[in-house]
Parts: sequence; C-alpha cells; structure tokens
Amino acid sequence: MPDPSLLLLLAIPGLIGAGYLAYEFRRLGRPATWGAAIGAATGALGPLIFMLPLNFCTFEAGRKPLDMLIGGVLVAAGAALALEAVKYVVRVRFTPKALGEAQHQQQGIFRGWLTPFLLLAPTLVILVLFLYYPAIDNFRLSTLLARLGTPRTAFVCVDNFTRLFHEDYYQVVFNTLVISTGIVVFGLLISLAIAYLAFQQVTGIGIYRTLLIWPYAVSPAVAGIIFLVMFDPVAGVINHFIELLGGTGLQWIKDPWLGRFTIVAASIWKMLGYNVLFYLAGLQNVPKDLLEAAAIDGANAWQRFRRVTIPSLSPITFFLIVTNVTYAFFDIFGTIDFLTKGGPAGATKVMIYEIYELGILEYDLGKAAAQSIVLFLLVIGLTVLQFRTTGQRVTYGA
Amino acid sequence: MSTATGQTMQASAPALSFPGRLRRLIPRRWYIHLLLWITCFIVGFPVLYAMLVSTQTNAEVTSFQFTPGTALEFNFRAVMFERNLGRFMLNSVLLAVVVTTGKTVLSLLAGLAFVYFRFPGKWLVFGFVLATLMMPTEILVIALFRFVSSLGWGDTFWAISVPFLASATGSFLFRQHFANLPAELSEAAQLDGATPLQFLFRVLVPLSWNTVGALAVIQFVYVWNMYLWPMLIIKNEALQVVQVGLGSLRNVDAGLTYGPLMLAAVIASLPPVIIFILLQKPFMSGFAITRDK
Repeated sequence: MPDPSLLLLLAIPGLIGAGYLAYEFRRLGRPATWGAAIGAATGALGPLIFMLPLNFCTFEAGRKPLDMLIGGVLVAAGAALALEAVKYVVRVRFTPKALGEAQHQQQGIFRGWLTPFLLLAPTLVILVLFLYYPAIDNFRLSTLLARLGTPRTAFVCVDNFTRLFHEDYYQVVFNTLVISTGIVVFGLLISLAIAYLAFQQVTGIGIYRTLLIWPYAVSPAVAGIIFLVMFDPVAGVINHFIELLGGTGLQWIKDPWLGRFTIVAASIWKMLGYNVLFYLAGLQNVPKDLLEAAAIDGANAWQRFRRVTIPSLSPITFFLIVTNVTYAFFDIFGTIDFLTKGGPAGATKVMIYEIYELGILEYDLGKAAAQSIVLFLLVIGLTVLQFRTTGQRVTYGA
Repeated sequence: MSTATGQTMQASAPALSFPGRLRRLIPRRWYIHLLLWITCFIVGFPVLYAMLVSTQTNAEVTSFQFTPGTALEFNFRAVMFERNLGRFMLNSVLLAVVVTTGKTVLSLLAGLAFVYFRFPGKWLVFGFVLATLMMPTEILVIALFRFVSSLGWGDTFWAISVPFLASATGSFLFRQHFANLPAELSEAAQLDGATPLQFLFRVLVPLSWNTVGALAVIQFVYVWNMYLWPMLIIKNEALQVVQVGLGSLRNVDAGLTYGPLMLAAVIASLPPVIIFILLQKPFMSGFAITRDK
C-alpha cells in the first residue's frame, strides 16, 4: 500500500517542473503563471509513469537504500520525460513554423482522412503488436520473479535491477565495453585507411572498391564460422602462419583476452565493407578548395589529411561509431555463438548473450528483462546522441 | 632560347597532355596498385580460405595444403543430401523475399500516407513510427518470444516473417524521398483523377527505383543474416533458416569437419553477395543509411 505521505514526494518534481516550464513560457513570450501551473502538474504526474505500475514499492518501509535510490532515479526520469514531452508540444504550438512541414515544398494532397489510416494500418498494427507490446511487457516482466514454464509469478519490485549490482554483471558490462570499443576504434581506423587507399584515382579503382566492400554481405554467423576455422589453435591457418614465421601458435579462443581479440577481429572484418563504403562517400564530399588552399599554404599530405580530411569526415565518423556500437551490442550474437559461446570463462559474454542465456537457457525471465532494459537505455542514449549531433540526416534501425 | 623553352615545355607537358600523363601515371602509381592488391587479398583472405577449405578433407586442411583439395563433391553431397542445407537455403530465400517485398510495399504505403495526405495526429503517428528505431527486436526477444508463442506461432513461418514486415527506416526513407519530388506530379495526378494507389504505383514507384533498390539490399541482407530470433522460435529443423542451420553442420562425421562447414558457409553467403552485386548501383547512389532490423 502506498503511504499517502509519499505523494508529498511528488511535490519536489512538481516544483522543479513549475520553474522549468514557467521559464520556457516566458522565453516564448507567454504568461509564466500558465507555464508554472502546467509545469507543476506535469512534474508531479510524470513520475507516476513508473510509480503507479510499481505501486511506490521502492519507498516502502524496510527497503534498502539502493531500492530507494532506484526509486528516486525513476521519479526524476518520469518527471523529466513528461516535462520534455510537454516542452516539445509547447514549442511546436507556440513557435510559428518551427518544426512544421515548412522545409518541404507543399505536395498535392489527396482527400479523405480515413485513407491515410488504411494505408498506415498494416505498419501500425505490426509495430504495436510486435514492438510496442513486447516493449511494455518487457517492463512488466522486469518487476516480476517470472520463470518460463512456471505459472506462478511474484511481484518483486526493482529486485531484478538491484540483483544486477553484482560482480558477474559487472564482468558482462566490462566485456561489452571492451569488445565494442575494440570494434569501433580499430575498425574505424582500418576502414578509414582502406577507404583512403581506395579513394586514389587509379585505373580499375571501381573493381578494387567492389572487392573491398562486398564482405558487407557476409553474415555475423558466417564470419564466426570462418574465424572459428582460421583461428583454431590446432588446425587453424593463422597459427600455421605464425609457426612459419618462427613463432609459437597461440591459444586464440581458449584464452580470455585472445578470445576477445578473435571476436573483435571477426567483427571488424565483417563491418569493414560497410565502413569503407561510407568513408568513401564521405571522402568524395571533402571540400576540394580547402585541400587546395592547405596545399598552397604549404601543408604536406599528412597535414592536409589530419587537418582537413579528418575533420570533414567527422559527421560520418560519428554515424559509423553509432552503427558499429549497435553492431557490437546486438548483431555480434551470431559471431559469438559460433566462435566462443561467451567463453572462455565468460570472457566474451556480452550483454545480449547474457540476456539470451538467462532468459532462454536458464528461464530467468525477470532478470533477463531487467538486463534488456539496461541495454535499451544504452540504445536510447546512443540514438539521442546521434540525433543531437547529426540531426535527421542519418538514421539507423528499421 | 627556343631549345630552352622546348625543354621546359617537354618537362611540364607530360603532366598535362593525355598520352604523356598516362606514361607517367603507371610508374608513379604502381605502389598504389600494389597496396590495393595486398589490401584486397587480406580483406578477401577469410573467404578465399573458406573456399579453399570447402574443397578439402580434414586431413588436407590440417596439413595446410594451399591447393584445391579432393573433397568438393563429397563435401557438397554431405551438406546437401546428408544434411538439410538445401532446405535451409530454400527457407531463407523464401523468408528474405517475402520480408523484403512486404517491407518495401508497407513502407511505400506509409510514405504515401505521410506525404500526400493531411490527417489529424499526423506528427504523433510519425513520431510513433520513428520511435521504433530505438527498439531493436534483439532487446525485446524475451518478451517477443512470450507473445509470439502465446499466439501459437512457435515453429511457424509466420513467427519469423510477420514481426519484421513493418519498417520505420523504410517509411522514413520513402517519406523523405517523396517529399523532395516536384509537387506538380501529385497535382497533375489529382487533375487526372488518379486514385492514391494508382498514383503510387504508376508515378511514384517508377521514380523511386534507386531508393527501393537501396532499401532492398539492406532489408535482404538483414533478413538473410537474422540469427538470434529464428534460433529461439524455430525448433523444427525443416523450417529453420540457413544461418542457424549452419550450426548443425559442425559435426558431419565424428568431430569438427572443416570442409562441409566451410562449403556451407560459402553457399550461405552467395545470395546476399549476388543481391549486393546486382543492386550495387542503387545501393551506392541511393542514400546514406545503415543497419536495419
């Protein structure tokens, strides 16, 4: 049962919301009192997005400080979400043509308001059933002690999340960060170097480019299989080459760090064509007059590359960082499943692999759902960052 | 005087006149060709090696023989007849064609609705569609698995196709593309009394082949490469897609058999590579877009 005094808790975001929207209204030249009223209501009601389903359980007597902290974060997040949404609506409403259709030329309009909904119906139905509903169900699952096959489920508040503050999960997060950083940093450096080479104007460059780009079509699973055979400690051709050069073969996928290296190498190879493709497109758009001006000022080739080309490529680089991170978060599953299955000793178990193991192999749906939400938050963060930086010019996802 | 000028002319002319430039180009640029050759070889090496291994017996693989082996026919028979590779391939082709076509059609319809109609809540609906960019199916597998199983769709073609028919990327792309077409088109179509669907398929689609082609490459490759979801929801081997099916080829006789596994991997990579090479032009010129789900 929620204690009525808990409602006082909502007064804090209410006050902050009042100030926030009062300021926003004044900036737009509207009465600040209205802003304060709307802001107070929004700030106070926003946290209920999370607190009603949870029934304020994080603030019950006997809860640990960590639960309270998560509760506090949820209250703040709910208020922030609601306030940002209201602020957006207010801006659209009160700023003439700020975000309207004005950028596009006006297209001829067909009549009828029902037809567009009929046209959109298949898309909307599928999105609701197979993305929105599972997303909501996932949030619900994350508060339950739910096991696949067991009919009884129990509400456990945020315990599934507090259980994540544990060494095992830190290890999974660490693996994810190490592997995605490796893929992004080395993958992009190698791709840029190759793209720069393929950008040179020599005869037959079109053929070279095709030869460099097509590995894009190879799947993560196939990349895993090929690297599994190449990096086999006994029969692998890589160890054979090392031995030919006078070294001793390495225990690749049987060693934690070498295992991570193998996963990173397979992923870099799989993403190479894709990255090169975008860097090639980017290199074509580097302003030639800037390069010429730099050459006239006496900059050598490296200085021109470092000071003109790389900065001009930064939007593409940022876009590729996001897509490569998304790749490292999700699509890498096939590669890992074939190469290491999360081993050795959990060294290549990344977040998506852990979700699969928990939810599907160990039937711990609640905890898997909680981990999905952690990953979800990372994706939202990335997407927001991407939109902030590059606007709507580039997108990812389906 | 004139000789001096002639010499200067000769010294600078080769850089300008065409045959001279060609003559100088080859010695000056040979190292770029060399570098490109080496790079192409390294990038292509994993697949070249896979092709090599797919012709070999285990003994030939482990003795690191770098000439084509003797077992291509045996390996082919093993994956095609002893194992279900043909079945897996057929399932994947069917799935990729259905989902790619469905996604393209639904995205075209959505683009049409967003650009050529005015309706209440348009921006809200658009935001609703666009927000799904942030919900990769992979994150939702656990909940999706529960939902799809509760529909009784476990082990059916529906389970791997229907959830992927809608596309925020596609809707977004076609919306952008249509919005930048000249307004005269839609005005003329309305004067002629064309219905929205006639307008879409007779006017818009023929003007959108680049976008359609680019989207088709991405969708096809995405669907073809799907792994986690089919692995979870499809248990019946006869319905399995090729990416997951490859896993069952690890052990053909006792122990890891490299040849059949590599051959299967190479065969499984052919359709997306063919699609990519066929649609390379629209893909390169079509747009700047990326990962799909």
